[in-house]
Amino acid sequence: MISFSPSEEQQMIVNVVKQFATDEMRKVYREADESGEIPARIIDAAWGLGFISSSIPEEHGGAGSEHSTITGSLLAEELAWGDLSMAMHTLCPTLVVLPILEMGTEEQKRKYLPAFCREKYKAATAALMEPRFNFDPYSLSTTARLDGGNYLLNGEKCYVPLAADADLLLVYATDNGSNQGFILEKGASGLEIGAPEKNMGIKALSTYELALKDCRIPRENRLGGKIGCDFNRIMNCSRVALSAMAVGVARAAFEYSRDYAKERVAFGEPIAARQAIAFMLAEMAIEVDATRLMTWEAAWKLDRKEDATKEASLVKMYADDMAVTVTDRAVQILGGHGYIREHPVELWLRNGRGFAAFDGMAIVYKEIQHYD
Amino acid sequence: MIDFELTPEEEAAVKVAHKAAEELFRPISRYYDEHEHESPQELIDTLWEKRGEVGMLSLSLAAALGIEELCWGDAGLMLCNPGPSLGGAAVWASGTPEQRDRFLKRFNKGKPKWGAMAMTEAGCGSDTSAITATAVRDGDEWVLNGEKIFVTQGKRALEDSDGIVVVWATVDKSAGRAGMKSFVVEAGTPGMRVEKLEKKLGIRASDTATIIFEDCRIPYENILGSPEVRKLDKTKTAGFQKAMATFDATRPIVAAQALGVGRAALDFVKETLEKEGIEIRYGLPRNKLSALERDVMDMEAHYKAAKLLTLRAIWMLNQGQPNNLEASMAKAKTGLAVTRITQKAVELMGPLGYSRKYLLEKWMRDAKINDIFEGTGQINMLIVARRVLGYSRDQLK
Ligand SMILES: Cc1cc2nc3c(=O)[nH]c(=O)nc-3n(C[C@H](O)[C@H](O)[C@H](O)COP(=O)(O)OP(=O)(O)OC[C@H]3O[C@@H](n4cnc5c(N)ncnc54)[C@H](O)[C@@H]3O)c2cc1C
Repeated sequence: MISFSPSEEQQMIVNVVKQFATDEMRKVYREADESGEIPARIIDAAWGLGFISSSIPEEHGGAGSEHSTITGSLLAEELAWGDLSMAMHTLCPTLVVLPILEMGTEEQKRKYLPAFCREKYKAATAALMEPRFNFDPYSLSTTARLDGGNYLLNGEKCYVPLAADADLLLVYATDNGSNQGFILEKGASGLEIGAPEKNMGIKALSTYELALKDCRIPRENRLGGKIGCDFNRIMNCSRVALSAMAVGVARAAFEYSRDYAKERVAFGEPIAARQAIAFMLAEMAIEVDATRLMTWEAAWKLDRKEDATKEASLVKMYADDMAVTVTDRAVQILGGHGYIREHPVELWLRNGRGFAAFDGMAIVYKEIQHYD
Repeated sequence: MIDFELTPEEEAAVKVAHKAAEELFRPISRYYDEHEHESPQELIDTLWEKRGEVGMLSLSLAAALGIEELCWGDAGLMLCNPGPSLGGAAVWASGTPEQRDRFLKRFNKGKPKWGAMAMTEAGCGSDTSAITATAVRDGDEWVLNGEKIFVTQGKRALEDSDGIVVVWATVDKSAGRAGMKSFVVEAGTPGMRVEKLEKKLGIRASDTATIIFEDCRIPYENILGSPEVRKLDKTKTAGFQKAMATFDATRPIVAAQALGVGRAALDFVKETLEKEGIEIRYGLPRNKLSALERDVMDMEAHYKAAKLLTLRAIWMLNQGQPNNLEASMAKAKTGLAVTRITQKAVELMGPLGYSRKYLLEKWMRDAKINDIFEGTGQINMLIVARRVLGYSRDQLK
């Protein structure tokens, strides 16, 4: 039966995160963007809300509630409304936890999941993007080759968030023509992590290039063992999560510029009293809502374990464009003041511009320059 | 709990309507586009017989989904569907139980009948507060005078059946909006006549009438809502607002109509591409997609966005939640989305798009009305803007 209302429990989560975002994230986001660093207490506090461990089965130390992509989308929107860098930092471990949870072998679950049920934040990340022109996640250059009881990984990855701190790294590579995930532990031999990358936005999230040179890992570390993983589903989950975050960023920009437009007076009236401004705001409101509903629908499909490639791709594309348009309009509504780093809208525009380039898990500003 | 699954009854409603669209609407679609003002009598009789099945009276989700399907068949023909329609919706929204009974019961029996709504005048469309038609009380009657244009199914309601038309008129010009009232006029009432039928860009099967009222007398009890003129402060126009609440129910329905036309065009494009062996590769990064694929995906995404906003507005209505904002969001988005989708489809299909051998060009013409009636795109944006800003009509004009 069609319904657009989150469950009570979901609404509670939204309220808690919204409060946290307002009280904590919104207080420090500017400083974090300028310094490139997120205060550890914020990440620990976000972690302390327990959203990641909640869907880990009890036998592996979690709370054992079933993972819901819809709940995940609600959560991601609120966190991103607070700040995108912090949201991505907080949720980064899910790039490893969720694939292991859904597709990992029993052994992999037992070995890796308990570490994410502890009190302290545990960094983990995934490496998908590759630093080359015309990147396509469905034809990776990074290879995995069996060599006796081990896999040898070779290739280059970029925009890997938190790579330097991560205890676990899920590397995607082609294994005999199929895309598979490989679990690397910190300090794996043949894994070289570069210097932090410098990006236009999401500056408080550190991302890295990495090189894999005959990186040797045990055969058991292939995600899902013999069966492997459903790469497409992982991509779709990530598209939905990114769309939810795009909604959060755009909503932040909409709300801020709406409030500003009611305060700012020009020609004797608040600028919001002019249709040129009011209609921009109306369109922003409509598009934010529409994208959220599309995100929910794709998430709902994923939760039913159906193929959501179409829905996830459509909403991702829509959300990419929406995030740029809405954040740009927000800057426009603030005029010259929007361009100054005292107001958050320029930051949201820089962050919002990123979505079109993330397919999969990483940030690719390079791609933008080539294709947009 | 967020859910997108249709109930079995809703699924069934979609199926029944889709079958009707394919079997009853599509085959005669071109004919009635080219023979404007001719009445599709056979279809009308069939729809009247089947009206229970398609459920046109209620504003349920199933009904809205059914309407989308019928408009996928043909939006002009769908508008010919006998039933209480917009006039009925107004009676439903602001009439007393006695009025509902008196005016709506007829739609359950006898021959096909129509309900219509007459608001627009030559001098005012969007600005409904500028209505000049008058209603003057004379004992236990109201006397109506004025001219209404663009009345959908006006002729069918008044000349071809014993239907009703809900007429908007002012009882006190000096009172502005507060003086604006709606009245039910029944077919056969003396002093009222259909003057002409318009020739249109699209939805040609639907009649669009000019109706003239000259000392047209109706019973005093035919006024919808309170006869009282409350001169409150200008920002509060409660009586008017209540009547305007009809739109909260009808806008999502018009949005559902629009979706049908948009999807017809989208399906045509996808079927044509499929025949040509062109596959839309969802899931590829955008740098790998062809321009055509991106266009089609873009059309699909806009359709989906519009559809979900529409479903939400109807769902809220059925939940008894205020949906004024969401109804206008749905209408504004959908009207523009299907206008663009159909125009893009004609472009993408090249000669197949422009040729009258196919229905696509017709759908482009049909789609455009959705950005105009039940509040133009701009008027709905205005409502959304006022809502999100918390502004009154006076604060945002
Ligand atoms: C086929 C058809 C069927 C119809 N059926 C019915 C019916 O059954 N009953 C009925 O009562 N009416 C009906 N209408 C009338 C329809 O609702 C009006 O045409 C519509 O509301 C617009 O009014 P208008 O044509 O007078 O345009 P105008 O109000 O003159 O508007 C012209 C342009 O100005 C814009 N505009 C107006 N005011 C503003 C503003 N404040 N801010 C920004 N832009 C503004 C409009 O959006 C539009 O683009 C029908 C019309 C058609 C074409």
